[in-house]
Amino acid sequence: MSTALETRDLGMRYGRKWALRGCSLRLPTGSVIALVGPNGAGKTTLLQLITGLLRPTEGTVEVLGRDARTGSAEALAQVGFVAQEHPLYRGMSVADLLRMGRSLNLRWDRPMAERRLADVGIPLTQRAGALSGGQQAQVALALALAKRPALLVLDEPLANLDPIARRDFMRTVMVAVAEDEVTVLLSSHVIADLQAVCDQLVLLKDGSLQLAGAIDDVLAGHRILTGPRTDAEPPVPGLVRATHSDRHTDLLVRTGTDRPEFHPAWRSHPVGLEELILAYLEQPTEIAR
Amino acid sequence: MSVFQFRLDGSSGVPPYLQLVQQVRQGLLLGHLRSGDQLPTVKEVVASLAINPNTVVKAYRQLEHEGMVNARPGQGTFITASIEPVAPGPYARLRHSLEQWVRDAHAAGLDDETVTAMFASVHSELRTEGAA
Repeated sequence: MSTALETRDLGMRYGRKWALRGCSLRLPTGSVIALVGPNGAGKTTLLQLITGLLRPTEGTVEVLGRDARTGSAEALAQVGFVAQEHPLYRGMSVADLLRMGRSLNLRWDRPMAERRLADVGIPLTQRAGALSGGQQAQVALALALAKRPALLVLDEPLANLDPIARRDFMRTVMVAVAEDEVTVLLSSHVIADLQAVCDQLVLLKDGSLQLAGAIDDVLAGHRILTGPRTDAEPPVPGLVRATHSDRHTDLLVRTGTDRPEFHPAWRSHPVGLEELILAYLEQPTEIAR
Repeated sequence: MSVFQFRLDGSSGVPPYLQLVQQVRQGLLLGHLRSGDQLPTVKEVVASLAINPNTVVKAYRQLEHEGMVNARPGQGTFITASIEPVAPGPYARLRHSLEQWVRDAHAAGLDDETVTAMFASVHSELRTEGAA
């Protein structure tokens, strides 16, 4: 499988504070990648480094083998980006936005953009500012996809959208993945919405990478162990998080095998994506590695 | 127009690809799907469920691996197997003993939720032991 995105020891410092550091990633083409982490984890910084909007303090970032740091027209042409709140020029009509896109980009597939907008019932004559939030998101997405990007980057695309608009937005993205084999990288707080759409997970916290890989592999590599309550932190290798109730203790452990060596009184269960992500986000950072 | 329509339950905790696989299996068991029926194309499933195409491909590959479907290039994915519905004898016997068990549980004061939880717990325990 070829590589869509590769970073090596990528780091970004603002003044004395590192927003992102030591980030090494390799993600396959054709995948849909979820970038998750709490506010201030470095998600937007990473996305802006990938789209060439920021130049890294250290390390490298390549999109389909092209150095994203140069900001060359070719490097920019292969990345489509929808920023948070999907900003548009509110006074311009949808047709004006499409015309502007054509003159600003090397590649521009206007018929495809018009077909996408017709599919979701957005008239080209409408002023962008008069559209609903969900429709504005669809216009921003159609503009990003009209570049025919190899990589589509979406920063919090689902925030501020109602459930129907969320589903419609993700439907357009997923159809683009199926039809154009675009690779998608999206950051999100809405963890519950990710499982049906993403196949790769990148988890950031405090500017450092906690977890990266295919979601199926990540889930298969973790188990929940449930057993009698223990007050002492159990010496389990790969322990991510221990939670205690009055009678029992739940341990989330990173493990290769289905049943790690542990006391037979402990039962082992698979872990769900949301539970796994929350456990990593809640734990103190130093246990992570 | 395909004869079959997939659903997706985001809160079930079952991975999406497995939900698709289970729905085909269940469709065969219940007789909604028969040998020769065509499943929706990957693009149709993606457009109707807003689901990752890789997930649909994975589900179809698993179904093919299990011998339930056959992917014909350029034509689509077709049901090849028909799962034998449970024979009437064992079906009646299992249903009868389950009815008896549920009656016992209610007589012992267990509510619906506890009954369901107990079944799920025993089932998953046996499955992790490889006995079911």
